[in-house]
Amino acid sequence: MFEYAPAPESVRPQIKEHYGLFIDGEFVDGQADFKSVDPSTEESLFTVAEAGEADVAKAVAAARRAHETVWGPMSGAERGKYLFRIARLLQERAREFAVAESLDNGKPIKETRDFDVPTAAQHFFYHAGWADKLAYAGLGPDPRPLGVVGQVIPWNFPLLMLAWKIAPALACGNTVVLKPAETTPLTALMFAELCQEADLPPGVVNILPGAGATGAALVDAAVDKVAFTGSTAVGRAIAKAVAGSKKKVTLELGGKAANIVFDDAAIDQAVEGIVNGIFFNQGHVCCAGSRLLVQESVAGEVLERLKARVATLRVGDPLDKNTDIGAINSAEQLERITALAKAGEEEGADAWQPACDLPERGFWFRPTVFTGVQQSMRIAQEEIFGPVLSVLTFRTPDEAIAKANNTPYGLSAGVWTEKGSKILWAAERLRAGVVWANTFNQFDAASPFGGLKESGYGREGGRQGLEAYLDV
Amino acid sequence: MSDRLRVNKTYKLYVGGKFPRSESGRSYPVSSPDATVLANAAMASRKDARDAVAAARKAQRPWAGQTAYLRGQILYRAAEMLEGRAGQFAEEVAEATGAEPHEALGTVEAAIDRLVHYAGWTDKYASVLGGANPVAGPYFNHTKPEPLGVVAVVAPQDDPFLGLVEALAPAIATGNTVVVLASESKPLPALSFGEVLATSDLPGGVVNLLSGKVAEVAPHLASHADVNGLDLGGVGDAALAAELEAAAAGTLKVVRRPGRAGASLDLLRQWTEYKTVWHPAGMAAAAGGAY
Repeated sequence: MFEYAPAPESVRPQIKEHYGLFIDGEFVDGQADFKSVDPSTEESLFTVAEAGEADVAKAVAAARRAHETVWGPMSGAERGKYLFRIARLLQERAREFAVAESLDNGKPIKETRDFDVPTAAQHFFYHAGWADKLAYAGLGPDPRPLGVVGQVIPWNFPLLMLAWKIAPALACGNTVVLKPAETTPLTALMFAELCQEADLPPGVVNILPGAGATGAALVDAAVDKVAFTGSTAVGRAIAKAVAGSKKKVTLELGGKAANIVFDDAAIDQAVEGIVNGIFFNQGHVCCAGSRLLVQESVAGEVLERLKARVATLRVGDPLDKNTDIGAINSAEQLERITALAKAGEEEGADAWQPACDLPERGFWFRPTVFTGVQQSMRIAQEEIFGPVLSVLTFRTPDEAIAKANNTPYGLSAGVWTEKGSKILWAAERLRAGVVWANTFNQFDAASPFGGLKESGYGREGGRQGLEAYLDV
Repeated sequence: MSDRLRVNKTYKLYVGGKFPRSESGRSYPVSSPDATVLANAAMASRKDARDAVAAARKAQRPWAGQTAYLRGQILYRAAEMLEGRAGQFAEEVAEATGAEPHEALGTVEAAIDRLVHYAGWTDKYASVLGGANPVAGPYFNHTKPEPLGVVAVVAPQDDPFLGLVEALAPAIATGNTVVVLASESKPLPALSFGEVLATSDLPGGVVNLLSGKVAEVAPHLASHADVNGLDLGGVGDAALAAELEAAAAGTLKVVRRPGRAGASLDLLRQWTEYKTVWHPAGMAAAAGGAY
């Protein structure tokens, strides 16, 4: 194998020592401050204000005012121009956002640079174009916005999830109060600065850093709609909290996706897809292909090539352009991954890890492949949200579908075969909101994303995603 | 008037294509608004609700797997059957609600027309709601609506027939199967509707009809893990509706709250979920991803 010299990213973003809450177009103090940590070094990056109940009420009131006085009455074409402007500014500052995201989240610069930030910009550009065309969305001749939207997003794709939430909400004429994840507020706050730079009217976008309590307060506040991406447990709590109210809700929750490799698949391509499916973003992906279902007759060959490929992955400094797998986002998440991997070994599955060095400080987990996995094991049932793949085998296509659907989740699935009719047969039967055939982990602003069953309801992206932010 | 003794009908549940009594052995008297006792109806229990969900689950995959054209023909067949028995249903509706005979007949005719309307939707809604997505890469990307699965419906209380048909037709048109809890005090037209469905080539278990107490049966449907959607259209008590919605949150069911009517396309959309399928459209894109 080739040795690579380190290739560190040289652009450094201007990170402030302290960020406030972004309410009504200005940064203000919160009830307390907390630290944001670089998970690859465990060093503190900056401090940030935490929003309490009173701050939430203030932000919601500002959003209400902005909705009633500015953003609601504004023509769709003008709203769209603000969103185009935001998309352009994000593109202009793309490298700075990419580096900031890697620092605060721990994910490799290769991914923030080539995926997170450009896809976020695309999301704004795409939805900007909808703002004056909502009458053509198939949702009635004059669909109206909902009003004020409370949004809570996770730490795995901080800027991209913000874009998925804010872009359609604003395009449809709503105003928003968004809570970024506790461990990754940086790019949301940089986005707040970008809103100022874009002269977005005050109150249209409000950003409230905080933890679970801030999110709960936002759900309970006087908002017209709650949009959440995160764990199924929290999703359930939100669905309960809004019961009996007039609040609309969309939930994008957990997953335990099956990635099915049939014996007539192109094996090398499938192996690349398996690697992309589970090790993209350290496996911190709700739609990760965390269960590999491989047909028994090719299992040996697939596993051999898979291990050879995984052994070439480079784990380490997120800001090194050669890095494939960065840091685990937090000590807490590392603990959860470690505990589930341990449960896998205790329940009798065989763990395999490549021999690779891990940095001394920071939160790291080696890419791990479990074989001999039974459906009843925790590593086959629970979402690990880390670089851990569980391998199961099957004999017949019917068995593959039955095993794939044997989960309370229904977010995504993968199918690998060179036979077109088999792809369509499988796609029809898989209970998942997104099916990737001979590919995996593809996302696009024009393509609706979201799950069924306990992976939640509602779609983000595409024409169908607009339903979540219109009164229809 | 002849002195022949009239043969009274026993109103039973409709579950899995059969007409069972409640397994609990219970029944309750059903009266018209002027307090004339019309008949006894079976009082469904928790077990009946569970049996109905099991029947609906068993029927769902085959029903969704039928061609849209066939689903349309079966719904149209139900309209044909109902047309032939419109007089009987008008009488039952009039007795149940106290409406004038011509008004009652009007609601039955409206119900027939709704069935015809949805019969025509089965092979069109997917192309209206779904479509090809122009993604920024060499991929074929396609979205289409699919049925949620099993939908539990609490049917409207005061509009015992038209309301029921309007609630269940869009759900089954898209390939869902349903468990319907009929109007508590006016269940008879709904229970007779089972006879129409049973003779319309609708496979057993696609529609399951229960009569009984909303407050007793609905919570079991709301919390049942094998129910995917919950229509609270017929729950008048706001506190009970909130409780049922909270129970449905346990397994993240899609819930339709009381009090909101919609256009037929909105109702079709309510009980569907979008599935999006990606496939590479060029050799270079075959593997995808960043690695």
